[in-house]
Amino acid sequence: MTDQATADGVGRQTPVTPPDSRSARAGRLPRALHPGAWWLWALGLATAASHTTNPLPLALLVAAAALVVVRRRGDAPWAFAFRMYLILGAVIVAMRVVFRLVFGGGQGDHVLLHLPEIPLPAWAAGIRLFGPVAAEQLLGGFYDGLRLATMLICLGAANALANPKRLLKAVPGALYAVSTAVVVALSVAPQLVESVLRVRRARRLRGAAGQGLRALRGIALPVLADALDRSLALAAAMDSRGYGRTAAIPAGQRALTGGLVLAGLVGVCVGTYGLLDATVPGYLGLPMLIVGLATAVAGMLLAGRQVRRSRYRPDRWRITEVVVAGCGVATAVVMAVAGSVDPVRLYPPVSPLTWPELTPLMLLVVAVAVAPAWLASPPTLAAHRTPRPVLIAPNGTTRSSPKRDTSESEAQR
Amino acid sequence: MIDFSRVTVHYAETSEPMLRDVNLHIPEGELCLVAGRTGAGKSTLLRAINGLVPHFTGGTLHGTVTVQGRDTRSHPPRDLADVVGVVGQDPLAGFVTDTVEEELAYGMEQLALPAPVMRKRVEETLDLLGIAELRDRPLRTLSGGQQQRVAIGAVLTSHPQVLVLDEPTSALDPTAAEDVLAAVTRLVHDLGVTVVVAEHRLERVVHYADRLLYLPGDGTVIDGEPAAVLADIDLAPPLVDLGRAAGWTPLPLSVRDARRRASDLRQRLADTPAPPATPTPDGPPALTARNIVVRYPGTIAVAGVDLDLHPGQVVALMGRNGSGKSSLLWAVQGSGPRQGGTVTVTGPDGATDPKTLPAGRARRQVGLVPQTPGDLLYLETVDAECAQADRESDAPAGTCRALLDQLTPALPGDQHPRDLSEGQRLALALAVQLTAAPPVVLLDEPTRGLDYLAKRQFTAIVRRLVTEGRTVVVATHDVELVATLADRVVVMAQGEIVADGTTAEVMLASPAFAPQVAKVLAPQPWLTVDQVTAALAEAGTRG
Repeated sequence: MTDQATADGVGRQTPVTPPDSRSARAGRLPRALHPGAWWLWALGLATAASHTTNPLPLALLVAAAALVVVRRRGDAPWAFAFRMYLILGAVIVAMRVVFRLVFGGGQGDHVLLHLPEIPLPAWAAGIRLFGPVAAEQLLGGFYDGLRLATMLICLGAANALANPKRLLKAVPGALYAVSTAVVVALSVAPQLVESVLRVRRARRLRGAAGQGLRALRGIALPVLADALDRSLALAAAMDSRGYGRTAAIPAGQRALTGGLVLAGLVGVCVGTYGLLDATVPGYLGLPMLIVGLATAVAGMLLAGRQVRRSRYRPDRWRITEVVVAGCGVATAVVMAVAGSVDPVRLYPPVSPLTWPELTPLMLLVVAVAVAPAWLASPPTLAAHRTPRPVLIAPNGTTRSSPKRDTSESEAQR
Repeated sequence: MIDFSRVTVHYAETSEPMLRDVNLHIPEGELCLVAGRTGAGKSTLLRAINGLVPHFTGGTLHGTVTVQGRDTRSHPPRDLADVVGVVGQDPLAGFVTDTVEEELAYGMEQLALPAPVMRKRVEETLDLLGIAELRDRPLRTLSGGQQQRVAIGAVLTSHPQVLVLDEPTSALDPTAAEDVLAAVTRLVHDLGVTVVVAEHRLERVVHYADRLLYLPGDGTVIDGEPAAVLADIDLAPPLVDLGRAAGWTPLPLSVRDARRRASDLRQRLADTPAPPATPTPDGPPALTARNIVVRYPGTIAVAGVDLDLHPGQVVALMGRNGSGKSSLLWAVQGSGPRQGGTVTVTGPDGATDPKTLPAGRARRQVGLVPQTPGDLLYLETVDAECAQADRESDAPAGTCRALLDQLTPALPGDQHPRDLSEGQRLALALAVQLTAAPPVVLLDEPTRGLDYLAKRQFTAIVRRLVTEGRTVVVATHDVELVATLADRVVVMAQGEIVADGTTAEVMLASPAFAPQVAKVLAPQPWLTVDQVTAALAEAGTRG
């Protein structure tokens, strides 16, 4: 339904054509974007959200993220996880407000109600339980909670839009072994749960004798034996399918790459520390960080060259990806500008109570954030994969099953 | 293509070698069937082909194995990946990625094939195996037959010249098994792939095979034409037994072969009265289930099933994978979910519903051996398991051991349950469940992984339980087992019972469930070789 409300008007001018033809223009073919683009976009939104406690732009950012998710998500299981993040966000806001109610914090003149205060011993000085509840205090909790919730929801949007496993596939060649291990571990977890359930059920067949440690042993032993058998079978399967065919690397070169990566990472750690701690000499700061990064990248490139494998249908970084990621970066940048121009409006004071205000710059932030809802390529849906005739319904509407086409077809009526 | 030259494989923990001085030459384009009892070394032989033995499993290999000129001594499995494709028994355990398309591409990625080649081969393989509509599906949501075909496809994309399959159909229903085997024969005929396949249920594969390797169990390999090898061994599909009983040479391997020769046999049997059907018991049922409903999120596994089980009967529960057989058994036992319906067991404590009882008492009403009997076992030795079973059931010490000795005599008590063979482990799990003396025993896929002899033993065990007055329900895909064992057959589909009657009624009515003997002798109502032999003997005495 959101789709209809956001009909963009472009379709209004087009003559009656199958709805797909418009989106089929160059660059707009349905395809899954590079997961990195969605993550950059989401991180940009989250960064912008972290720069303000003003509930108006925060709410608009959540709405923008939600709109983009609804218009551009696929139909895979993870795409429907966004709802969970919305619920989690609501819980965070509620928790913040309740905490302020219980522990106080923040002063205010507009006392809404008096709760009986629970006296605490002297060593707990500074902590207050219940007592008078001021409107300012609750509002402060609400603002804080909303900021945190918005950041979380932005990251949830990335999770719904990009397949988390494809992100792992996009890691550089040097980290291939690590990413394989993570993928295997991710698929082992549900298997383990399944075998625990199966064995627990089987335990009931034996009368489930014994409680506590005894029962744990009865479940853990078969499950672990099962997991061990399965991992051996998987290792044998991977080996016979050619995993790790790069064993013929001279030991010297292997040591060199390992040394480079290790030294580089140590350099990065020292550099970061130097940058954050003002008391250490300057050369341990930014220069060290840059040298460390360069060494690590060189080591990884070298290691990546030794991995002899190819990638099936890799995600390409094309113009659409640049646009989507750029929207995220621009959102963060414009918000930072807004902060330097008018900091007071971004952090509306709770005491005295004032109405939060929107500035044009904030609206610009939201506009940039929501742009991928139209600029990104439409997602591939299951219905697209099989050829499907466009139906002309009796009332004259051109109907086709995917949700995202509704706006266009509605516009054509 | 594949050459074994004086190959001996020896594992550290055993005194006898698994394979002894084996010489083999398997030429290109053959379908080679490997048969033998459990533990005779079939898997060792298969895994030696791509070097998993000994590179992965350990042990010592003397002699040389070469595949297309590559010696497995110097080429570990990963370097043979472009020549040999291996598919294991449980396809799910070998999957590395999580969707069909990525799984098909995985092997090629390891071989560093260029992206356009990969794309083309994935499409070709999807069509070749008839799995194009599954391309985006997560692997875990596929049925067993689909998973097996995807696993075969996943090794085929690397264009191996040799395909090694270790019991590809052991977990599949007859139709899914046919699909997989049809795909395999198509590879042999159209692409000239050399296929080496191990299989317990010879009747499914033997007529496709060009050659049979039989492992008697002493480390040697008997190699030859299937009909010639089968003539001399005790491991034989029903068709071969029928051929022996009728005195046919050479022995028939396919139903078609046998049927063309059977007109004479049908004539000899024409005057003999049909085997008597087991009388339907008229006493009160031992278990009555009414309107059983089992629901899982998104699916209805069992949709309002009524079932009466009478004492002294073996009931076979059949139906394709996912038709609700297991869910029904678990719901009847009371340990599984059950959203509706009633179960009444007339047991030692009067009429009760096992669902309402605590687990320890429910198992005295209805005993269930799950699909993986190993799940029931968690102690270090057979003796410890038996003692624990006695304690759980408040039975006098030694009850379980006595039962076990009846089922499989002389099982060493100090052995670890995981080291037992499939058949022995099944017997142990069955003994543990029988210690509680339930009047109704449910067995979920008990014969998976059992060879002919173990199956014969299992049949005798079940028969003995029934003569003691128990009811036994066996959920199985094995048509031949049902023909020899069951008194009554219940067929399920989509959570409902679609056929219920005596074994002869149900099995003779549909070709999908007909055993080989019935297919050969139709329209005469014979189900098993034993029936035919008895009838022939009777005809002989009369004539």
